Amino acid sequence: MTTRWFGERVLRSEDERLLRGRGRYTDDLGEDALEGCFVRSPYAHARVLSVDVEAARRAPGVRAVYTAADLPFGEMDLPLLIPHPALTQGRTQRCLASRMVRYAGEAVAFVVAEDRYLAEDAADLVEVEYEPLPVVANLEAAAGAERLVHSDVPGNVAAELTQESGDVEAALEASPRRRRLRLRYERGAAQPMEGRAVWARWDAGEQRLTVYDSTQSPTSIRGGLAVLFDLPETSVEVIAPDVGGAFGPKIMLFYPDELLVPHAAMQLGRPVKWTEDRREHFTAVNHERAQLHEVEVGYDDEGRIQGLDVDFVHDAGAYTPYGLILPIITAAQLPGPYRVPAYRVRFRDLYTNLTPTSPYRGAGRPQACFVIERVMDSIAAELGLERAEIRRRNFIQPDQFPYDTGLSWQDGSRAVYDSGDYPRLLEECLRLLGPRPAGDNVGMGLGVYVEGTGVGPYEGAHVQVLVSGKVVASTAVPSQGQGHATVFAQVVADALGVDVADVEVHGGDTRRLQWGVGTFASRSAVMAGNAMHVAAGLVAEKAKRIASEQLEVDSADLELAGGEVRVRGTPDRAIPLSTLAVLSNPLRYAFGGGAEMATPFTPKPRQGPPLASGEQPGLEATGYYSPPGSAWASGAHAAYVHVDPDTYRLEILRYVVVHDCGRVINPLILEGQVQGGVAQGIGGAFYERLAYDEEGQLRNASFMEFLMPYSTEVPELVIGHLETPSPLNPLGVKGAGEAGVIPVGAVVASAIEDALRIRVTEMPLSPLRLFDLDRLRGGGRR
Amino acid sequence: MIVNGVERPRPGSARRLLSDYLRHDLGLTGTHVGCEHGVCGCCTVLLDGRPVRSCLMLGVQAEGHQVTTIEGLAPSNEALHPVQQAFKECHGLQCGFCTPGFVLAIAGLLAENPSPSEQEIEEGIAGNLCRCTGYASIRRAVSRAAELSGGSRPE
Repeated sequence: MTTRWFGERVLRSEDERLLRGRGRYTDDLGEDALEGCFVRSPYAHARVLSVDVEAARRAPGVRAVYTAADLPFGEMDLPLLIPHPALTQGRTQRCLASRMVRYAGEAVAFVVAEDRYLAEDAADLVEVEYEPLPVVANLEAAAGAERLVHSDVPGNVAAELTQESGDVEAALEASPRRRRLRLRYERGAAQPMEGRAVWARWDAGEQRLTVYDSTQSPTSIRGGLAVLFDLPETSVEVIAPDVGGAFGPKIMLFYPDELLVPHAAMQLGRPVKWTEDRREHFTAVNHERAQLHEVEVGYDDEGRIQGLDVDFVHDAGAYTPYGLILPIITAAQLPGPYRVPAYRVRFRDLYTNLTPTSPYRGAGRPQACFVIERVMDSIAAELGLERAEIRRRNFIQPDQFPYDTGLSWQDGSRAVYDSGDYPRLLEECLRLLGPRPAGDNVGMGLGVYVEGTGVGPYEGAHVQVLVSGKVVASTAVPSQGQGHATVFAQVVADALGVDVADVEVHGGDTRRLQWGVGTFASRSAVMAGNAMHVAAGLVAEKAKRIASEQLEVDSADLELAGGEVRVRGTPDRAIPLSTLAVLSNPLRYAFGGGAEMATPFTPKPRQGPPLASGEQPGLEATGYYSPPGSAWASGAHAAYVHVDPDTYRLEILRYVVVHDCGRVINPLILEGQVQGGVAQGIGGAFYERLAYDEEGQLRNASFMEFLMPYSTEVPELVIGHLETPSPLNPLGVKGAGEAGVIPVGAVVASAIEDALRIRVTEMPLSPLRLFDLDRLRGGGRR
Repeated sequence: MIVNGVERPRPGSARRLLSDYLRHDLGLTGTHVGCEHGVCGCCTVLLDGRPVRSCLMLGVQAEGHQVTTIEGLAPSNEALHPVQQAFKECHGLQCGFCTPGFVLAIAGLLAENPSPSEQEIEEGIAGNLCRCTGYASIRRAVSRAAELSGGSRPE
């Protein structure tokens, strides 16, 4: 009888350490480090006429003040991370601005002092002279192009891309009914509770650079630093220690500090660190979400979509370091779980004088889901059909997988849905939702989504059985709270037949595994989870090979269970993994810990060379997983809400999620991801809006004014799971990290529309906005 | 001031925040700083047993008081405080950054009200932000902590 950990509600191994205050977040490290502080542009668009740092350099405790002129890489544009042929006008910022600033918050100077207090004092002494320029503060101004963000980018258009699957013109022409919608999504922000932080140490003796960074991709940071500083990549170590939430923006690289902190550490011969404060996080860390969509849909009298034509603009902010990933995802995911026989999508990626954008949990999908679900609701209203019914009539059916959308996906491949059962998701969701509560101003909302998860290129894992019998498993993927140490341990424990508590997982440390990509795009369980499975499987095979020699039994008759390799059916004929770990490494010296078993004069020396040909010492292996395509998760959300007719406060009476992420490794952790995702979705649908004014100033850059949900705003969800395993990976899993957030805007819009009988065409809403919309309609109490 | 039962010297600088003093002078880095303007609650510590925001206090203001940080809450290396234990059992944390603040706020809440109702729980934690969990598991953890502490199970 073997225990199986996969699928169990295993409590997290991370927790005790974190609960005792023994977490190690970047700012917790390096108490003797010098500390940095930025001088940032207060203007959204300005010419930098001069930067005077003399007074700052003379200030107490100051060790260095850097401007662009002081940097060997000061004239270098930062990397454009994901080039794309359509991104003909890609622009990235410089580490420190010297001639132009294009968003409020762009870094201009960097002060390093004995502590943060002194660094901030000195930063106040830096004199920057600006000549303010006209500001492009929103998508309308960007599209109008009367003002330019980059003088050499006509029309503020960074990129334009059109995709078409089927003949849309003909399909719309032939459709008995047609509708147009204009749908807006505004800027939001991830706001992890820990801001960003970087700590670096240069070891001059070893010529080795060590960097701790609250990043989602230490391997990429390492690669970039090696190139920038002309160091062998083997002499650069990057570690993401405990990361206090990330939700996307920490996948962006390089933020200026990620170069400046290591540079200062190398120059000054002292460890240097920089820890962001919340105010600078609001403007210096990437945002997302702002898009404006013009939609035309053609459908028949039964509500079946015949053609869909979407033209949208994406607010890129001032630069395009992350390429076109966001609008590409929106474009590809917009048809969602529905058959759309003819679909055309054009987007333009437009520059504004606002903070740049890159993925925030959901990454283009909340907008896509909002658009298609608004389309569905509007067709239902037009035809007088139930909103569930219109979806049933348009769903891709379970026998249509794999379903080729004909669209290009974010990794350059075709978007092909691997598996799913959308009708069942919906019916289960409606069943769990139950009857509508009594009362006025109560509305029901519905949203169904798909999510391409687990994009490549690959991820790796190294698994080693120690001579103690304990197992250490490492991946380059760091964790920001997703419970990797627990779920990966479950996967490894199953493959090796050990207790999950005996598997220790390390992530995001290039010293332990230098090959890998990072945590983003709901990919960690899919990519690193399967790499763990592959690596642990190789270790199991090796354990069997050694045991087979020792027991003189064919490998095929052996199994791993209870921390041993056993003869099937004869469990008393077994060798502990700890012994096999010793035997895996032929020794000359018996240094203790049972090592004498592996020395030359044992009773049972192996024939031939001590280390068999082709074998490596150690009971360990490295394995990789690279996907043939994305694994497509899906889900249906439904809610009952009540809107107060006086205050327009939104109360969520019941919120149901039925989620399909393939096979579930740990339901406890999955439910936490879903609940947390929905909470962020609720924030993004009704509370959180980055309020920029016409001058490109963020007017609510604090937690006092940017309202994130507290416990009082987030209900307990009703969560159901459906499992259609992914055929693309050995574990059958799909990603789950972003799913919770994706349809919430669509659901809240649908529910408020139903409750107040107003038309909702924008996200986010707020009590004030509802008041205005309701008054326009002539509703509400006045 | 007494921090986690140990007498500590006064901060070297009058402008040092209590949060920075705890973290960087005493090395008690379990107290986290999320916003530095008193909204998120990550920096919550107990001052004479009551939750306060350590980012809104100067270190010198804590002179003559008892400060408890997350490091000083568990009774031993083997046992956790009931609130910590409940968080572990209920999956009350993900990234763990807001967690010390929540745990101390809840410890303060339960010290005053050992059997909070659902409503009192919701309000009791409504001064702390969590961006990972969506709060449901934290609310469950409060009920569970009340149970573990010997308070009656709330309605």
